[in-house]
Amino acid sequence: MTETELLTWVRGPGFQIATIIFVLGIMLRLFEILMLGRKANLAEAKGSEMSSGLRTVFSRTIPDASTFKRSAFTVTAGYIFHIGLFVVIFLFAPHILLFKDIIGFGWPALPSTVIDATAVITIITLVIVLVHRLRDPVKRFLSNFDDYLGWFVTILPLITGYIAFHRIGMSAPSLIAIHILSVELLMVVFPFTKLMHMFTLILARWYNGAISGYRGVQS
Amino acid sequence: MSASFEKGYNALKEQVDSTVAAFFSSCVHCGMCADACLFYTETGAPERTPIHKTEPLRRVWKQEYTLLGRIGKLFGIGEKVTDEMMEQWETLVYDSCTLCGRCTMICPVGNDIAGMIRKTREGMAAAGHAPPGLIGATKRAITIGSPMGVKLPALQAQIAHVEKDSGMKIPLDVEGADYMLLLSSMEIMNFPEFIDAVAKIFKHANVSWTISSEAFEATNSGIQIGASDIAAELVQRIVDAAAKLKVKNVISPECGHAYMAIRWDGPNLIGKSYDFKVVHILELLDDLRQQGRLKINGRLKERLTYHDPCQIARRGGVIDEPRNLIGMFADNFVEMPETGKMNWCCGAGGGVSSNERADEIRLQVFQRKKDQLDAIHVDGIISACSNCRIHLEDGLEEYHMEIPLLSLTETLAENLEES
Amino acid sequence: MTNDLSRKDKTLGETLRSQGISRRSFLKFCAATASMMALPPSMIPTIANALEKARRPSVIWLSFQECTGCTESLTRAHTATVESLIFDSISLDYHHTLQAAAGHAAEAAREAAMEENNGKYLLVVDGSIPLDNPGYSTIAGISNYDMLMDTARGAAAIISVGTCAAFGGIPHAKPNPTGAVSVSDIIKDKPIINVPGCPPIPVVITGVLTHFLTFGTIPELDNLGRPKTFYGQSIHDRCYRRPFYDKGLFAETFDDEGARLGWCLYKLGCKGPTSYNACATTKWNGGVSFPIEAGHPCLGCSEPDFWDGGGFYKAISMPTENITKTTIYAAAAGVAVGVAVGATGRMKKASASKAHQKVTIDDLEK
Repeated sequence: MTETELLTWVRGPGFQIATIIFVLGIMLRLFEILMLGRKANLAEAKGSEMSSGLRTVFSRTIPDASTFKRSAFTVTAGYIFHIGLFVVIFLFAPHILLFKDIIGFGWPALPSTVIDATAVITIITLVIVLVHRLRDPVKRFLSNFDDYLGWFVTILPLITGYIAFHRIGMSAPSLIAIHILSVELLMVVFPFTKLMHMFTLILARWYNGAISGYRGVQS
Repeated sequence: MSASFEKGYNALKEQVDSTVAAFFSSCVHCGMCADACLFYTETGAPERTPIHKTEPLRRVWKQEYTLLGRIGKLFGIGEKVTDEMMEQWETLVYDSCTLCGRCTMICPVGNDIAGMIRKTREGMAAAGHAPPGLIGATKRAITIGSPMGVKLPALQAQIAHVEKDSGMKIPLDVEGADYMLLLSSMEIMNFPEFIDAVAKIFKHANVSWTISSEAFEATNSGIQIGASDIAAELVQRIVDAAAKLKVKNVISPECGHAYMAIRWDGPNLIGKSYDFKVVHILELLDDLRQQGRLKINGRLKERLTYHDPCQIARRGGVIDEPRNLIGMFADNFVEMPETGKMNWCCGAGGGVSSNERADEIRLQVFQRKKDQLDAIHVDGIISACSNCRIHLEDGLEEYHMEIPLLSLTETLAENLEES
Repeated sequence: MTNDLSRKDKTLGETLRSQGISRRSFLKFCAATASMMALPPSMIPTIANALEKARRPSVIWLSFQECTGCTESLTRAHTATVESLIFDSISLDYHHTLQAAAGHAAEAAREAAMEENNGKYLLVVDGSIPLDNPGYSTIAGISNYDMLMDTARGAAAIISVGTCAAFGGIPHAKPNPTGAVSVSDIIKDKPIINVPGCPPIPVVITGVLTHFLTFGTIPELDNLGRPKTFYGQSIHDRCYRRPFYDKGLFAETFDDEGARLGWCLYKLGCKGPTSYNACATTKWNGGVSFPIEAGHPCLGCSEPDFWDGGGFYKAISMPTENITKTTIYAAAAGVAVGVAVGATGRMKKASASKAHQKVTIDDLEK
């Protein structure tokens, strides 16, 4: 298989397979959850489920001051790599083209130097986050294979992307193919690991807000 | 005698719903719930991380309700729930959690962890892995009518005592009254002043009320141990008594989990909406205040703070009412750092106080409350839960702190204009 | 392009001088060649010296499944450049498009050159070789395969000129009806220099020849057998429009403001980032321009399988297939499976409720 053939495969059938597993897996997981349903609450409501639920979906992004103080590292590092991932994934021109090709519309991109710097910051942060996970007693105690797999498949596309962007070590078609391949690995693994939180946290936060809101508490 | 692992496992299967599935799917093991839990912050034991306490429920969800888990189970892979495992989790689920819900408030992905620990208890109780202390309390609640073993004659004796002291009539079994008052055993046995205070306020505000001789106990060991069937039976007694006395409203007393049981869990436990309204005593008092039916004469100069009982505030929705009421008589009110829905638990709710095995740890984690109090230097702590109150007293004594504890209702009653 | 054997004894220097090329312009060529091959200026005399003394080597040029574009590229330079003179100065003993001889005479010339220069002649190939059926392409009744194997045997080295010879090229494109392969697919025991491009840049061809004549060795090659001197950097890295890429300024269509302002053509499918060639530096037509400068994205013609690279006007980051459809179908299937799995979960939950035995106070202990 030549480099170009590999690149063409990962852009073609490879991406096709990854997309099928990714999309099918996500929908499967979401409906698997939703189908379980929950019982109607028979107690008289003191507040609205819907508005509180929707508010919590957004408000839970920002911790209250005391929680921030207590979990400063987790929150700060979490912010950095989540924003970093967002910037790198969604604001890099070639990536936007991919989304545009699928969903039909695009949006303005950031200069590639900004993306480059963001990628470096994100990679470093993810490494620090892993070190912290290995050293913090609670995180280490809670961590299982899923956590490390999730970390690995997240940092891999960042690293391969960085290398491909700078064309280090190999020729561009191979590097880009490897980068896309690493993204495809992420897509295949995504629905069946904790990475699913990207979607399920909307449900979880909504439920959390709804449970509190029903009782008249702002969560 | 007939608890079994199978029953426990089945109970856990029953507990999984879309909320549980969404929560477990979202957990990223960030560990922030540990920092929100006084059982972790004060002991530093990673296994007391809130989300870890739900592990039995998580495994059931994973193995029974996810495609991947079910396939894994077919091939015998994946983490199984066993009787030994549940036994191991008993102290985590009961002794190290007050269901205070602080973890639920801070979880960045929005998991209602406290709610899931409550659900986990359903499985634990059915599998026979509930603490002996709680089992005893639950048995007494069913057989005697009160977890502390308070029977009607004891209440009658206290009522007689109050009537004699105050010269007021305590209405017992008055049909058609507007409000039916519930009491917690602790109030009957340890703080009978509460009955006196309520009587005084209601007389002052001209509220029509009564106490049922058949269902005066507000507490519900069933929801603490995690046995919904038993909890439902206890709720049903109140529902029946309310129907019998044809009351429009039932008042939940100054007790956190009693409010949770009768106000929020009750209708769902018995599977039917009430024909009456449930109000917390503080909600009713604030209502009276708004209507201008409470006239205060004295104002307190002392520096006072308010301890939010978890089940009333964070889990119950009664947060502004106590502050409105305190504002009526306190000149010098200060909030604790982290208050209202973010207040720290006293350390004895959710059945911990009924579980003698947890006596040591509940006093250890009181350090959290001590730190909060140390930051504000107050002359008195007001609260609205007799369980919090007893434990706060215990804790202050343990840590050699001398801060008087006040009941909000009682303090209000003391400062009412004589009518 | 002559069979005049007497000229073969002349050195390259003599030939050039006899054609009226001054030493000055010869040195200029050597300097240009040195800089193109990224050699230090101190190497210029070495090159000049080597070329001066070089005996005109015998070159046999075989054309298989090709379009003659590569030969055109080389011979249709619009001015008579020194590089074309270099090309004139070799002893091109066989090239069926260019040679005067025809038929048996032509083949005889090839055989004679092979015999006379056994082990020393340079073999240049353009075009791919069909393996499915030898009849797809024959010369003088000899299949391409047989002719290549026969001619390669005595060659000192092989230069695969053009993408067809180097990688199979367009004949190799899907569905590859002739079973076309590249030279390096079948010849394993000779040094092969790939000079791909559709067509390759003329200077690159002469540059490789110069290198061979100067040093008598083959230049350093990349993993695809291409001389690193010319194929060491991607078009993207040397493109004069690169700053626009870095700033995120792109032409969205061929006639928008961005296109007029000369912004990056990435979004129009430019293969610059994955293509290695010297277009952006040496340019074409005597250094006048190259495709991107003319406003058209790079097609990546110097890369293997460039014809099957998912479309010339699709950006590299875009999937080559219709993912929108895939997404919709996968989502629908996911919902269906999710609902089915969820429904069995629901049933499981219902049966758990059914199996529920009322917990009484007597059931709290074992």
